[in-house]
Amino acid sequence: MSTIALPAPRARRRRPPWLRGGALIGVISVLVWAIVALTLPLWTPFDPTAPAGPRLMSPSWDHLMGTDALGRDVFTRALWGSRTSLPIALIVIVFSVILGTIVGAAAGFLGGWIDAVLMRFVDITMAFPPILLAMAITSSLGPGVRNALIAMVLVWWPIYARLLRAQVIAVRQREYVESAEAIGAPRFLILRRYVLPMAYTPVLVNATMDFGQVVLLTASLSFIGLGARPPSAEWGAMITEGAVSFYDWWIAAAPGIAIILVVLAFNFIGDALRDSFDVKEIAR
Amino acid sequence: MPFLLLGIATIVFIVSRLTHANPLVSIVGERNLNNETIVNAAKRRWGLDQSVPVHYVKYMQNLLRGDMGTSFTTRRPVLSDLWDRLPATLELTFVALFIGVVIGVGLGVLAARKRNTIIDHAARFIALMGSSLPAFWAGLIVLYVFYSKLGWFPGPGRLDPRTTAPDKITGFFTVDSLLHGDFALFRQSVGHLIMPASILGWGVVGIVTRLVRASLLDEFSMEYVRVARAMGLRERTVVNTHAMRNALLPTITIVAFAFAFLITGAVLTETVFSWPGVGSYAVEASRKLDFPAIIGVTILGGVAFLVTNLISDVAYAIADPRIRLS
Repeated sequence: MSTIALPAPRARRRRPPWLRGGALIGVISVLVWAIVALTLPLWTPFDPTAPAGPRLMSPSWDHLMGTDALGRDVFTRALWGSRTSLPIALIVIVFSVILGTIVGAAAGFLGGWIDAVLMRFVDITMAFPPILLAMAITSSLGPGVRNALIAMVLVWWPIYARLLRAQVIAVRQREYVESAEAIGAPRFLILRRYVLPMAYTPVLVNATMDFGQVVLLTASLSFIGLGARPPSAEWGAMITEGAVSFYDWWIAAAPGIAIILVVLAFNFIGDALRDSFDVKEIAR
Repeated sequence: MPFLLLGIATIVFIVSRLTHANPLVSIVGERNLNNETIVNAAKRRWGLDQSVPVHYVKYMQNLLRGDMGTSFTTRRPVLSDLWDRLPATLELTFVALFIGVVIGVGLGVLAARKRNTIIDHAARFIALMGSSLPAFWAGLIVLYVFYSKLGWFPGPGRLDPRTTAPDKITGFFTVDSLLHGDFALFRQSVGHLIMPASILGWGVVGIVTRLVRASLLDEFSMEYVRVARAMGLRERTVVNTHAMRNALLPTITIVAFAFAFLITGAVLTETVFSWPGVGSYAVEASRKLDFPAIIGVTILGGVAFLVTNLISDVAYAIADPRIRLS
């Protein structure tokens, strides 16, 4: 009996969900923005804070998005904004996730009164519309980028605490965790080695989806006058400047388009993540 | 619920205590800071010479009586400031919510029925734009194009300059002008509403479209829909009378869902359109470090959030017979 070698059916290679369709566009544009933000000082011909030509010139080949009231190149400044907004958003998300992880893990793993106290605190913080609480905290601490950043972290972390707590509680009841407890593994080890790795996916997915919202919130706070102040090339602050000289539309248009491109990119990624992980969206 | 209210008030109190800024600056002004008599009088007048726990107890007592203190800048009780400005915000958000829900449900249904077609992609893109657009920027652009360039819509504010507002009945200019039978004023106030409400509503479209599309697709995969189709019912009947009834249930919770968004949007949209509502009040207050006003708005925001959540829970229970209030 001869054996017939069947050609193995070629596995249809499917790209992971975050590299398909809209998400691919999102990932690519985020990468482009990241490269721009990192390398911009190397290749931009203009200084974002010094005059580069005549004042209030409309868009031309020399100045792609024109110049502003001080003769600064608007296109350069709009790109330069990514060097402020993207790091701020990253810091806010990272610190919120860290804080949320600590609180959520403590609440879910320890349970009892610690859980009750921590979660009540989370509930109360989440009862505020984020922008109002952020405005109150920022104006209380004093306007400025650093304080706006602190305010945003204070507003943003509870969502991750709540997400992680629910996951930790679910994972804790799995049998392998019970057996780890049965053989007497130290509690902290159980939490770190066995529970957290299985519990943090929704937090990371949500953190990615929230990135765009944090960029928006940063710009909004600056626009109100609580974040970055006008001389700096921050998108919200630039729009404030543009709002003053209404008829020179390009000054406000450029940073706005930059915001949209970044936020849209993250929302594209977020949509794909939501579809593939089936994460329940939480209202912000 | 009462516990949450207490918590909201406490958090706001703590936040207001984080400050290093000297509220005296905004009360007496920079020039009088060195004048000891004026400073001491101001301290006594505004209770700044007392300790923090005393402040807390007094603050709570006053809140219970509905007293949120007096604004440093308007020199009026914060509560009456808020009360005067609330109708403007409510009118704007109601219209925006209406626009957002109508268009959002429409787009969501369209996207779900034409899944993975160009129509679906277009609808989802419009929705995504809604949640990616900075409301304050969109407001500026729209004002520039449709007001100063094309002149299709009136400019910022609730009414044209030098127009007297209708006598206050509800505080909604559209409703009040109708009640007074003043149709010219009605048209004017509607005209002023269109741009800000559309900008604000676009964000709601983003939320609603996604939710309606997802829940309708969920229903399409259910057996009862397959049965209905197998029975040879027209697609329109299947969608409208069978799937839609179940798919729209989660949309009821949209009120609570969209609320945080609406507040954020209202704060920014009102600022751009000089809309004399609670949102622009909050911005003015935080620019001038007017703490009683900031505190008042923040508490109002928290309470409004609780109320909308409650309303949407109750509405859900009424709409869905499977859920009954316990």
